[in-house]
Amino acid sequence: MPEAGTVTKVFARPRSLTDKHFTYCPGCDHGLLTRIIAGAIDKLGVQERTVIIAPVGCAVFAYEWFRCDGIQAAHGRAVAVATGLKRANPHLIVISYQGDGDLAAIGTAETVHAANRGEAVTVIFVNNQIYGMTGGQMAPTTLAGQRATSCPEGRDVRTMGYPLPVAEMIATLAAPAYVTRQSLHDPRHVAQATKAVEKALRYQVEGVGYSLVEVLATCPTGWKMPPAVAHQHVADVATGTFPLGDLVDRG
Amino acid sequence: MPNGKVVVDRERCKGCGLCVGVCPFGVLELSATYNSSGYPVVAVAHPEKCTGCALCALTCPDVALEVYRERAVAGPKVGSSAESPTEHR
Amino acid sequence: MADRQLMTGNEAMAEGAIRAGCRAYFGYPITPQNEILEYMAVHLPKVGGAFLQAESEVAAINMCYGAAAAGVRTMTSSSSPGVSLKMEGISYLAGADLPCVILNVARGGPGLGNIAPAQGDYFQATKGGGHGDYRLIVLAPSTAQEAAELAGLAFDLSDQYRVPALILADGMLGQMMEPVALPAQRDPASLPPKPWALTGAKGREPNYIASFALDPTVLRDLNLRRQARYREIEAREVRWEETATEDAEVLLVAYGTMGRIAKTVVRRGRDEGVKVGLLRPITLWPFPYAPLRALAERVRAVLTVELSAGQMWEDVRLAVEGRCPTPFYGEMGGVVPTPSEILREVKRHA
Ligand SMILES: Cc1ncc(C[n+]2csc(CCOP(=O)(O)OP(=O)(O)O)c2C)c(N)n1
Ligand code: SF4
Ligand code: SF4
Ligand code: SF4
Ligand SMILES: [Mg+2]
Repeated sequence: MPEAGTVTKVFARPRSLTDKHFTYCPGCDHGLLTRIIAGAIDKLGVQERTVIIAPVGCAVFAYEWFRCDGIQAAHGRAVAVATGLKRANPHLIVISYQGDGDLAAIGTAETVHAANRGEAVTVIFVNNQIYGMTGGQMAPTTLAGQRATSCPEGRDVRTMGYPLPVAEMIATLAAPAYVTRQSLHDPRHVAQATKAVEKALRYQVEGVGYSLVEVLATCPTGWKMPPAVAHQHVADVATGTFPLGDLVDRG
Repeated sequence: MPNGKVVVDRERCKGCGLCVGVCPFGVLELSATYNSSGYPVVAVAHPEKCTGCALCALTCPDVALEVYRERAVAGPKVGSSAESPTEHR
Repeated sequence: MADRQLMTGNEAMAEGAIRAGCRAYFGYPITPQNEILEYMAVHLPKVGGAFLQAESEVAAINMCYGAAAAGVRTMTSSSSPGVSLKMEGISYLAGADLPCVILNVARGGPGLGNIAPAQGDYFQATKGGGHGDYRLIVLAPSTAQEAAELAGLAFDLSDQYRVPALILADGMLGQMMEPVALPAQRDPASLPPKPWALTGAKGREPNYIASFALDPTVLRDLNLRRQARYREIEAREVRWEETATEDAEVLLVAYGTMGRIAKTVVRRGRDEGVKVGLLRPITLWPFPYAPLRALAERVRAVLTVELSAGQMWEDVRLAVEGRCPTPFYGEMGGVVPTPSEILREVKRHA
């Protein structure tokens, strides 16, 4: 028990992060989510078993931010790489970190089939409703009417399709152990998302199976919104299209 | 009232202002000083008001904040910091 | 005592791979290589290996990328259209310096083509196929026996140089049933360690695997180091077979199934008193330029025979460099020339 007047650290940098600075834009939720994942790795004590798979997208450097083994995957193929790693060495804790263009457009087949096989990996799905890295083009998750550089008049769902409900789609499958959609737009939701990431990782450690944690995230640069306004937009608008909560929990 | 202390890693801060918005006590303000990357850096304008609740650190996308608390009693007072996965007691 | 079994070329490659310590296989059905996938489905789990039928060739090669990164000997197999789909993944493997074995039991093309034997994938195998400055070690077996042996060699070379290796076969070799003296079983635990592999950062700094480097000078230097390894492979790993070359006046150059047929041509030609010999490249990359050049000094003509419009022919001409005429005889679309047809062609140049 500390003595009266003891100074204690109540928030410290997770041990599973390296000292490298994130390359994200100011206020980008990618950074926040990276910190949450590192915290979950710390909490579960699996830093020495974990492999982080970085996608092609703004998170392409993700493998360098964790004090864990890491690998960079081709665009959309991260979860196939995860499958190879986990099948080759089931002792590894494998985290596939993917954006919405990566996971829900070019990598749709890999996403669906890894989930359907119940690969014992953790998929973190950053749904920022845009292609951040390539300069703000339309993503499969771009909201109806939302402007992007490749739909300057806004997404017309009649010709460009509807925002893809990934968590709902994956939740229709029999194999996934945990499917959830979370958000980071305020501290309460950050705390909930933290618990969801921890649970997903714990399910892998305990051998329960495949998890998908979809996270509604901001792209202040692509959305052309200040970071705080972008968080408000998630709360007011994005959650309307993408409702939050657990969809599957077979733990 | 427990006394908190927030420490800014000036080189990591990108001046996004998210911490300023979530601090319940108006401790933080965006300053006109810049770090070596050219980002404006957040300033601890009213350190005496800090409770050490760590909401700011929970929100910071660049892990630029560390929070300390001077405690008379053991255990954090604010729920959200207890939910921080990186809390070390 | 050698373990002798009657098996097809496809089965020989699969068994050769398992005996070489392959413990992770990912594939997708396509004729004429389905027997490899099916053989692995039955036999790989028996030795504790991971077998998975992937959702596509794209997924399969990226699963190999993951398994290779984990430090496990891994393989995928396919046929021409499927190998085209793997090209991005192969480029990533090359860029990340990951060992992996890829089997292409090639078929007639382009496009869907047909399932008959063809050698139209030579350029794709030896000159790139995917993007960027990279090379694959390319091995071309001509019998089931050699297929089993080259499967093992492919793993050894790929591990040693951290360069992906491709075995270029065709449907005829894949389906042909022959007795094979199988190589010995090797225990994966006895293979050289891979300190770069992703095994968990326990008691060491993290290992990172990527083909990515934003800084041009860094990426250039990575490329230069890779190129240096390629030069080393060219200097040390060229393999070929010569038949009746000592006094040959016409030298055939043919690989794989065509190499096998060309051997029959040499035998029949010699029976008829035609001084014909054969150089059969076993490594298509590195290509046996030097031995071919040496032979070109003393023959009347070097006749390339291929199941293509003349792809290896370009390497033959690079080797010969005008030292003698370099005629070409080929068929496409899955048509395989008979020994008599080829012998007629040989005689025109004798
Ligand atoms: C095969 C291939 N196609 C296209 C690209 C270009 N590209 C890079 S990132 C990206 C989109 C990334 O968007 P997303 O996955 O949503 O990630 P974000 O940057 O938004 O986090 C694309 C299309 C590529 N690198 N490879
Ligand atoms: S472009 Fe968008 S997603 Fe990418 S780092 Fe910037 S804010 Fe984040
Ligand atoms: S710890 Fe709490 S009170 Fe102190 S600056 Fe951060 S948010 Fe404000
Ligand atoms: S949230 Fe972090 S990066 Fe943003 S202003 Fe505050 S300390 Fe700086
Ligand atoms: Mg995106």
